[in-house]
Amino acid sequence: MSNPTPYDFFDMKSLLSEEERQVQQLVRRWVDEKVQPVIADAFDEHRFPSEMIPEMAEMGLLGCNLEGYGCAGLNNVTYGLICQELERGDSGLRSFVSVQGSLCMFPIHTWGSEEQKQKYLPGMADGSIIGCFGLTEPDGGSDPGTMKTHAKRDGDDWILNGAKMWITNGGIADVAIVWAQTEDGVRGFLVDKGMEGFTTRDTLKKYSLRASITSELFFDHVRVPESNRLPEANGLKSPLTCLTQARFGITWGAIGAAIGSMEEALGFAKERILFGRPLTHTQTIQRRFADMTRRITTAQLLSLQLGRLKDKGEMHPTQVSLAKWNNVRMGLDIARDARDILGAGGISVEYSPIRHMLNLESVITYEGTETIHELSVGRQICDGVNAF
Amino acid sequence: MKIAVLVKQVPSSEAKIRIGADGKSIDTAEVEWVVNPYDEFAMEAALQAKEKFSGEVTVIGLGGDKVEEALRQCLALGADKAMVLRDAAFEGSDSLGVARALTAAVKEVGPDVVFCGKLGIDHDNSAVGVMVAELMGWPHASVVSSLEFNDESSATVVREIEGGSETLSVKLPAVLAANKGLNEPRYANLKGIMMAKKKPMDVKDAAALGIDAGTVGAAGAMTTTESMQPPAERSAGRLIDGDPQQQVTELVRLLKDEAKVL
Repeated sequence: MSNPTPYDFFDMKSLLSEEERQVQQLVRRWVDEKVQPVIADAFDEHRFPSEMIPEMAEMGLLGCNLEGYGCAGLNNVTYGLICQELERGDSGLRSFVSVQGSLCMFPIHTWGSEEQKQKYLPGMADGSIIGCFGLTEPDGGSDPGTMKTHAKRDGDDWILNGAKMWITNGGIADVAIVWAQTEDGVRGFLVDKGMEGFTTRDTLKKYSLRASITSELFFDHVRVPESNRLPEANGLKSPLTCLTQARFGITWGAIGAAIGSMEEALGFAKERILFGRPLTHTQTIQRRFADMTRRITTAQLLSLQLGRLKDKGEMHPTQVSLAKWNNVRMGLDIARDARDILGAGGISVEYSPIRHMLNLESVITYEGTETIHELSVGRQICDGVNAF
Repeated sequence: MKIAVLVKQVPSSEAKIRIGADGKSIDTAEVEWVVNPYDEFAMEAALQAKEKFSGEVTVIGLGGDKVEEALRQCLALGADKAMVLRDAAFEGSDSLGVARALTAAVKEVGPDVVFCGKLGIDHDNSAVGVMVAELMGWPHASVVSSLEFNDESSATVVREIEGGSETLSVKLPAVLAANKGLNEPRYANLKGIMMAKKKPMDVKDAAALGIDAGTVGAAGAMTTTESMQPPAERSAGRLIDGDPQQQVTELVRLLKDEAKVL
């Protein structure tokens, strides 16, 4: 029996396969060596470190839980662990991987034609094709059913009009997966960069996810060939299924942000002498760290069981809602508390918690706000009645 | 080209080291184990040699079940085979005992070149690689910071020496012990990690390697550890009072008179 450690209090490591542990170690080490030294500056400069894309692709992180087409074909727990370790670095990197893999490669892999899979997936796995996912619109992201973007059939093509907002990777994307209303309901279209009438504008003055690109997408009579429509995607359920995939990874990512924040604060508190003793020798501080470990441990076990269910094909979307709600709230609270423990220094981006804290303000909002997930769980419990 | 890499598993440099209850070993209960960092440079050199000449890389490690994790990581990076040396007879080996066991394994592999790290970051002996070369009757170069194969039978290496470096021409087969900076070790990738599971990992005991049990382990050891001590606790620092001018004057005086470093 070994002593519990702060970030693996319930010996979760013993529940992982050797392969899962090796992948986690690989990504953790890469984050420590390549991401940690530069990420604070990137965040400060409002710059997405795109030079990291080839390295992440080389390791096989993009679309890693998909089979074939140059993807690694790993299980979902491994994908989750990758998200956790990336977000221990920064939510921006994890967001990139979530969008590329779960929101863009997944729908092409699931609903695309064989020709579309061949055309896009190997390049997306090797990082030469960047994707973005256009669902949210300026008027109310939580209610995507009322989307205004629409596509109208014109011979062998579709004419696409509308706008999307809060789109991660938008400005650097080579292909946008765009969801639009048609006469037959919501359909998905692959809109290639350079198609006439398709433009983007990056969202500036963000105080969150500053090491990530967020953009608006505009479609002004964009002519999209029928061969660029995802043939098997049918209705709003399709993009929502993508979001379930990405949210699953977010439940893990939040654990990484929490661990990254706590590591910083705990290291500081052990060294900081106040009133003649280290901060960690005081009751208040011990209770706060104990609470962080309690919540991290709970989140870890939640996500691991969620991943095992997903790997068995038995994961319910409402379970993902509960985990996203619990874990992101946990990550945000811990990042804020870690920021506070750091005292005045905590307001500097030299320490990671304020960066994680600001990032998680996006994470708690995107891919279903906290309230939406509460209501999803509530609906599940209360006779399936929709109270949105 | 046949290439062998000697790999040691060591406590992570971030591990908190405690002396065991016997006072002469390390308490490994909570230690996180990693591939010896210098062996990572050796591994990268091996992979680059394989890429240049084609051939086969065999990683060799001595130890219990855990060492297989280290070897599996090398397989994930691109090694083709692993050999684990495991026998109760190896326990308590000093550097020479380990070198004897590894030498038997090297003979079995029959490589054109053997790579290893210049030292293990745990015991800092810098001995095993050189001993293997001696037992094989081969040349060696240690603390290698640059390497160029002239062809498959000789290499030019640069070694770090006191105050500078020296360039050696080495006939192969030889043992080359890597220093930091020899190369930039690559990261594994997910496909490599998955493929590593399917690569051969042969476990060999002393008998299989034709080793006389009396020449290895505690029985064959020529040095024995009497005791281990943690480093002395650092005493608290001293704060110098006064305005900056007074502080500087006092600091210079202390550095001269007490620390005697000026």
